[in-house]
Amino acid sequence: MEIDAAHALVRFGLGRKGAEPAPADPRAWLRQQIEAPDPIRFPALPDSAACLTTLREERAMRRENLPAAPTRVRDLLRAETAAQMQAAMATEAPFRERLVWFWGNHFAVSLRHGGVAAVAGAYLREAIRPHVTGRFGDMLLAVMRHPAMLIYLDNVGSVGPDSPAGLRTGRGMNENLARECLELHTLGADGGFTQADVTSFARILTGWSIDLQGPEPGFLFRAGAHEPGAQTLLGRRFEDGEAGGRAALALLATHPATYRHLAGKLATHFIADAPPADAVERIASRLAETGGDLGAAALAVMAEPAAWQPLTKLRTPLDFVVACARALDLGEDTMPDIHAVLGGLGEPLWMPPLPNGWPDRATDWAAPELLMRRIDWAHAVSGRAAGTDPVRLAATTLGPLLRPETRAAMERAGSRRDALTLFLGSPEFQRR
Amino acid sequence: MILNRRTALLGLTAAVSLGPASLAVAPAGTDRRLVVILLRGALDGLAAVQPYGDPAIARWRGPLLLPEPGQAEGLLDLGGRFGLHPALGGLHGLYRNGEALILHATAGPWRSRSHFEAQDDLESGAAQRLDSGWLNRTVLALPSPPARGGAVGQAVAVGTAMPLLLEGPARVANWAPSRFGAPAPDLYARLAALNRADPVLGPAIAEGLRSRGFAERVMDEEGAASMRERNTFPALAAAAAELLAAPDGPRIAALEIGGWDTHADQNARLVQPLRQLDAGIVALKAGLGPAWAGTAVLALTEFGRTVRANGTKGTDHGTGTVAFAAGGAIAGGRVLGDWPGLSEPALFEERDLQPTTDLRALIKGMLAAHLGLAETALAQILPDSAGVGPMLGLVRAG
Repeated sequence: MEIDAAHALVRFGLGRKGAEPAPADPRAWLRQQIEAPDPIRFPALPDSAACLTTLREERAMRRENLPAAPTRVRDLLRAETAAQMQAAMATEAPFRERLVWFWGNHFAVSLRHGGVAAVAGAYLREAIRPHVTGRFGDMLLAVMRHPAMLIYLDNVGSVGPDSPAGLRTGRGMNENLARECLELHTLGADGGFTQADVTSFARILTGWSIDLQGPEPGFLFRAGAHEPGAQTLLGRRFEDGEAGGRAALALLATHPATYRHLAGKLATHFIADAPPADAVERIASRLAETGGDLGAAALAVMAEPAAWQPLTKLRTPLDFVVACARALDLGEDTMPDIHAVLGGLGEPLWMPPLPNGWPDRATDWAAPELLMRRIDWAHAVSGRAAGTDPVRLAATTLGPLLRPETRAAMERAGSRRDALTLFLGSPEFQRR
Repeated sequence: MILNRRTALLGLTAAVSLGPASLAVAPAGTDRRLVVILLRGALDGLAAVQPYGDPAIARWRGPLLLPEPGQAEGLLDLGGRFGLHPALGGLHGLYRNGEALILHATAGPWRSRSHFEAQDDLESGAAQRLDSGWLNRTVLALPSPPARGGAVGQAVAVGTAMPLLLEGPARVANWAPSRFGAPAPDLYARLAALNRADPVLGPAIAEGLRSRGFAERVMDEEGAASMRERNTFPALAAAAAELLAAPDGPRIAALEIGGWDTHADQNARLVQPLRQLDAGIVALKAGLGPAWAGTAVLALTEFGRTVRANGTKGTDHGTGTVAFAAGGAIAGGRVLGDWPGLSEPALFEERDLQPTTDLRALIKGMLAAHLGLAETALAQILPDSAGVGPMLGLVRAG
């Protein structure tokens, strides 16, 4: 395996799966993943309308204090995580999967917010995955209309104070979704918006809510809860109504500050913790030239020479666990309990503490006890890989990235399990 | 204090990483108990059972020689020619009580000096890796236990791994106390060394070790042996004994213990694993109680180590070594084997202890006499071993 192929497998992928064929032309391999349709389908999983129906029924049961503890949302979540993790373990288009993770984390929702559990999986499938090589504006709109985000950032009950519903009930609005959309999702903290912009945008977003009661629960623009009157955002005037909100999102999606913000995050994720400024600039330019084409942006990242500098990034726990499972080619019966494992390793699945998602720099993941737990888990999972030749597995997985000292330490190890632990705990495996 | 703190932390991480320990046992078709302890990493038979009566040993082993029996911290005499390592006091007691025997200068039919290949062969019971382990095939050959709901087998792998030794068509339970998930301290030390040059991972792992209560000196290889955890294996053995002692418990158990790969500073590094092994065997006897009388324990390693000490006060991968058998069922108090001597021409490939007894003879003899398995069963358990007859007289009559 050539070094570029070995590098592409970890930098842009999820690590080599067993002895799967290494990409002969890594750049063509990556490009093909961007240009070909998403090979992953989830035919067995319900859409968000069905998920919300389940949530509604469970809440009804709970209200009536029915004796059997309702567990349907939990079961739904388990099925979602199992299917989506299985896809990551097995996919032959891992770059695309990494993009799903990246954008899902950019537009983070969290199970820490109770109502999100029923739709967190559907959110990734419906609002993120279809757009990772599409237009950013389409993803942004899908996110802002998705029940998961509307629930998570509290827009469901945001009522314009001067709207009919506001006047009738005295309820008002909150700025949570508006602020995070400006600060985290689009312009960035230094994107040049003011508190007045936040408040205006919050007014624009009043009424962007969900209907939980109808036969097809989902996004609902509640005109009666929408703040009447035009609003000014970033010096531009937006008429009231749902269309005004769409227009505001379209402005934000194509704003130069947004492109810089997105380019910086992409470069930090795929190039280095402190990426070269000119690389960020080129990726931002590509976004601008293409009107926010995320597939073009992914290819622009790949085209950066700095993106081919090996092992500059540290794997997050999720990346690490999936890479371990792929390297050891664990079958479904030996697959780790992903929730328990990731919880212990500090990155509970779909449960970031804050709306800014999981951090993306090595130092964020290098807490001493977390690294010790990685080693402990690597040791545990190494015990399930009977029958492998550890050194061959390491060479197959990392190719020329495997360092001689790690190979030597593995060869000196007194057991297969110890050798695999040394491999999985080596810096070249923990980095990507 | 340090150990207590460490134990608590290990419990935490093990619970996280391994989930609840599961325990499934079955009524058994035999009252005999067989415990196999895998000594992973290649135990140096010449250190564990030093042939102090062989004049050539001093020439090869200068810095590694232990004082002869009767001297301070000297060998524990086994009858005038061999001496047991002083860390094996419990085993010595069993030996003097006629409950332990030693087979010296033994090796399986394999000649690989790769840990992994040789451990596979040892567990397969063959000169090449097989899909199942010989102990699993032993379970298949035993009379079936009386049927009862929920029974999953007569054998249990005690620890967090399911060894190849017990893999195969017979269903086998796997049980681990919750705190046995973490690697041994010297593995941490090696990982810390591998990561030392990484600007982020190096300092963080060093700090992680410190805050878990490892002394700084675990960071260098010399200190690793002294930091080796003291109580893991005996506790594991005690747990295994408790399982085996139950009237409806399993009859076959496998355990494993590492720490034998002593390429450097062997004398310091061997003490703790030997003490653990010794305390584990003692714990088996204590925990089995009256059932000890019908118990045989085999401790087997994949190969021995070079006769000549290497340049780092250690030994490298070799061939012939020792195997231990202990238990109330054992006709012990003897060192078995055909001593090949340590003169230069007597060595295997000019470096290793020449194996003179096929390890399978010991296994066969034990399975035949202790578990009553017939020749046809032995041929399936240890394929291609027709030329290796079972050792006789390993087990007490009656």
